[in-house]
Amino acid sequence: MKLSSASWSRSAREVRRPLGSVIDRRSFLAIATLALGGRQAAQDTAQTVGAADPLMDPAIAGQPRAVVTPLDNDETLKATERRLKCNCGCNLDIFTCRTTDFTCTYSPALHQEVVALFQAGKTPEEIVAAFVAKYGEQTLLAPTRQGFNLVGYLLPGSLVVAVAGALAFILLRRHRLRLLAAAPAVVRPVAGGLSPDQEQQLARALGEVET
Amino acid sequence: MTLLGQFGLWSAWLLGLWAAIVAFVPSLRARPGAAQMVERCCYGIALALWVSAVSLWKALFIHDFNVEYVASYTSRNLPDFYLFAALWAGQKGSLLFWGVVLSSFGALAQAVTSRRYRDLLPVVGGVTAATTVFFLSVMLFSGTGNPFSRLDFVPADGQGLNPQLQNPGMVIHPPMLYLGYISITIPFAFAIAALVTRRLDVGWIVAIRKWTLLSWLFLSIGITLGMWWAYVELGWGGYWAWDPVENASLLPWLTMTAFLHSVMIQEKRGMLKRWNLGLVVASFLLSIFGTFITRSGVIASVHSFTQSNIGYFFVGFLVLAGVVSFALLYLRWPELEPEGQLDSLASREAAFLFNNLILVGIAFSVLWGTLFPILSEAVRGTKITVGPPFFNQVNIPLGLALLALTGIGPLIAWRQTSTTNLARQFTYPLSVGLVVAVILVGFGMRDGYAIMALGLAGFVAGTITQEFYRGVRARQRIHGEGAGTALLHLVERNRRRYGGYIVHTAILVYFVAFAGMAFSVTKEATLRVGEQVDIRSPYGYTYRLKHLGVSQYDALNRRVSAATLEVFQDGKRIGVISSEKRQHVDSFGKPTFQPSTEVGIRSGLREDLYVVYAGSVDATERSTFRVTVNPLVWWVWAGGFLLVIGGLITMWPTTGGPGPIPAARSSARPPAEVVAHEAV
Repeated sequence: MKLSSASWSRSAREVRRPLGSVIDRRSFLAIATLALGGRQAAQDTAQTVGAADPLMDPAIAGQPRAVVTPLDNDETLKATERRLKCNCGCNLDIFTCRTTDFTCTYSPALHQEVVALFQAGKTPEEIVAAFVAKYGEQTLLAPTRQGFNLVGYLLPGSLVVAVAGALAFILLRRHRLRLLAAAPAVVRPVAGGLSPDQEQQLARALGEVET
Repeated sequence: MTLLGQFGLWSAWLLGLWAAIVAFVPSLRARPGAAQMVERCCYGIALALWVSAVSLWKALFIHDFNVEYVASYTSRNLPDFYLFAALWAGQKGSLLFWGVVLSSFGALAQAVTSRRYRDLLPVVGGVTAATTVFFLSVMLFSGTGNPFSRLDFVPADGQGLNPQLQNPGMVIHPPMLYLGYISITIPFAFAIAALVTRRLDVGWIVAIRKWTLLSWLFLSIGITLGMWWAYVELGWGGYWAWDPVENASLLPWLTMTAFLHSVMIQEKRGMLKRWNLGLVVASFLLSIFGTFITRSGVIASVHSFTQSNIGYFFVGFLVLAGVVSFALLYLRWPELEPEGQLDSLASREAAFLFNNLILVGIAFSVLWGTLFPILSEAVRGTKITVGPPFFNQVNIPLGLALLALTGIGPLIAWRQTSTTNLARQFTYPLSVGLVVAVILVGFGMRDGYAIMALGLAGFVAGTITQEFYRGVRARQRIHGEGAGTALLHLVERNRRRYGGYIVHTAILVYFVAFAGMAFSVTKEATLRVGEQVDIRSPYGYTYRLKHLGVSQYDALNRRVSAATLEVFQDGKRIGVISSEKRQHVDSFGKPTFQPSTEVGIRSGLREDLYVVYAGSVDATERSTFRVTVNPLVWWVWAGGFLLVIGGLITMWPTTGGPGPIPAARSSARPPAEVVAHEAV
C-alpha cells in the first residue's frame, strides 16, 4: 500500500469507513499515528495554507477540474441550469450532472454555454429560450405549460378532482335521500324520548323536508 | 456446475408448464390428485431453480470466467460480499433471481395456506408456475437472458462490478425490491383463483392478508433502501429524482397501499369487491411493467439494465396477463355485487374511498408522467423531457391531500359520524396542525408547500397521539392498568389498527423529511490545502470546511484518492469529513471503470453535511468540492425504520392465526377498550 505525504488524513477516513472495508496493519498504524500526533498534524497543515503539492498519481483522481469561479455559485445561474437537461442521457439537469457525474463531458460544456449567455446579459428566460432554440424542447426538464403539454399537467389532478367531486355529490345525495326516507320513522314515539343528537338529526331532516 | 444450472432451468420450465396446464385445464384440474400434483410441481420448480442459483453462485465464487455472466460482472479481486450480490447485478442473473424468489414464494404459499382455502391452491399454483415459466422462457428463449451461456474463450480476469454497485446497499436493496415486486404475484394468484373457482366471498381476501402486507413491506423497505443508496452512492445530493425506474417501483406500492385500505371496507361492509380485485390485478401488472421499464430500454434511466430484446417478451406477458385478468373480472362482474352501500360522506368508508382515489390518482399521475414523453412524441412528433419539476408540480398537491386524509380517516367512525362527534374528534388534531403552521410562519418560513406539509404533519401527529391517548385511557379505565402496560396491551390486542397508526407516523415523518429538502443549500469551492470554505446552514449557523489534503492509497480492488476536510460549526471543530475518488482495477491492476466518487456525509438529526470531492486542479492537491447542507435527511431513514416496525406489528400473527371474517359483519364486536375509546 502506498501512502502519500497526507497519509494521516486518510487514516481519519478509515476510522469511519463503512461496512465491508478492511483495516489492515498499516491502516492501524496510521490510525495510531493520528491518535498520537493528530493534533500536531493539524497544526502543521494550518502552517501550509495555500499549498498545492502534486498528487502522486493524478490518473486515479478522476478528470482534472477547473477552478470554481464566483459565477459557478451564482444562485440565478444555478436555478437556470436546474431547468435545463444535460444531453449525456443521464436524465439530470445541467447543474446536478456537472456537480455529480465528473466523467460527463457534456454538462461542463453546457455550463459554459449558460455562463457565456449569462455574462452576455441574458435573463434566465432568454437563456432557456436560447437552449430550446438550439437543442429543442427536450432540453427543458419539464415541458412548457402550453398546448398539448397542458394535458400532461392537468389531466391527473383534474381526474382526481372530477371523480372526488362526483363521489362527494353521490354520497351527499344518497345521505339526503336516506334522511328523507328515514324521516317518517322518526316521528314514531320513542320510548324514553330522543337523545339530543337524535333531536338535532330530526330537526335537520324535517328542515330539509320543508325546504 | 453450469450444466447443473442449465438442467435446473429446463426442469423448472417443464414442471412449471405442466403445473400451469393441470391448473388451468378444467378437466385436468377436476381429476383426483391434481391439486397434489400442482403442489408438488411448485416445490419441484423452487428446488430446481435453487439448484440453478447455487450453480451460478458457485461459478461466481470460483471465478469461472468462461461463463459470460461471471466475466461480465466480477473480477478475481472482487470482495466475496459483492461476488454473492453479483447474482442480481446483471440482467441475466437478476432474471434467475426473480425466478428463484417467485418459485420459493409459490412453494411457500402452497405450504402455509390454511386448509380453509386449499381449494384455491391449484389455481394459485398454476398462476405462480405460469409466471415462473414466463421468466424462464425469457432466460431460455430470448437469446440474451441465459446466465449460464459460455464464451468461446476464457478471459484471464473479469470486467468487474460497476463501482456504483459496490456498496453494501447492493446486497440488500435489490433483493428487497425484488421480494416486494415478486410477492405481489401471490395476492394476484389468489385473486385469479377466486375468479376462476367463483369463490368470491371474503376467503381469498383473508388468505392473502399476510401476503399483501408482506409484499407492501418489502416494497417499502426496498424503496427506502433505494433512496438511501442513491443518496450515499450516486452523489447528487438527493434521494429521489423521479427517474422512470424509481417511478416504476412506486407504482405498485401506491396501488398496494390503496388495496390495504380498501380491503378493510370489503371485510367490514362487503363493498368494493370489484375495486379490490382490480387493485390486486393492477399491482401485479404494474410490477411487471416496472420490470419491463427497467429491462427494455424503452425509457432512458440511470438504473436500466443494458437494452435488449427481452422488452418484447415483457410487453407480450403484460398484455396477456392484463387481458386474461380483466376478462375474468368482467365475466364474474355480476357475482361481485356489493353487500351494502356507503351511507355518508362523513364516514370512515368514504375517507378510505377518497384515500384510494388519491393513491390511485398519484399512481396514475406518476405513470402518466413516465409515459408522457412517448405519448407526446407520438401525438406531436416532438421529444420532450418530463423531469422532477413536472412530477413535483403534479404530485405535491395530491401528496398533501393524501397526508390530510391520513389524519382525517382515523377520526371518523364507520358508517357515519355526527357533527358533534366530528367537532370533538377534530378539535385537538386541527389545533396542533394550526399551531405548527403558525409557529413556522412566525419563524419566517415562507415556502407554502413546506408550511402546508409540516402543518398537516402536525395535524396527523395530533390524530395519532389522540388515538393512542384515548385507547390507553380507555384501557386504564376498564382494566385499571398503568399507562405503559395499557399502551402495550392496546397495541398487542389491536395490532392491525395501532400498527397502522405507527405506519401513518412513518408516513408523516417521511413528509416532514421531504419538506426539509426544500431548504437544501449547495456551494462549490476550489481549495488549496489549508484553505477553507463557509456554507450557511438553513438553521442559521455556519459550517466552515478546511481542506486538509488528498491522500492516495490502494485498498482491496481499487486505488483511492481521498480528500479530507476539517469541519467547524460556528467556529467549533466538530470533526473531519472525507470524500473519495475510486479507480477500480482488476487483479492485474488494470483500470476496469472510470473513477467513481464516494461521498462524504456527516449526518445529524437536523441536517446532513454532504461533501463531494469533484477532482483535483492541475494534478495537485488543490481540489474542487461540492458542499451541500441537506436538512432532515436522517428522518427519511427514521421514517423507513418506523414503517418497518409498524408493518411488522400489523402483520405479526395473533394467537391462533388470522381468523376468518365474521359471517355477520355487523355483529363483529371490537375489543371493549376500542368501543369505549370510540365512544369517547
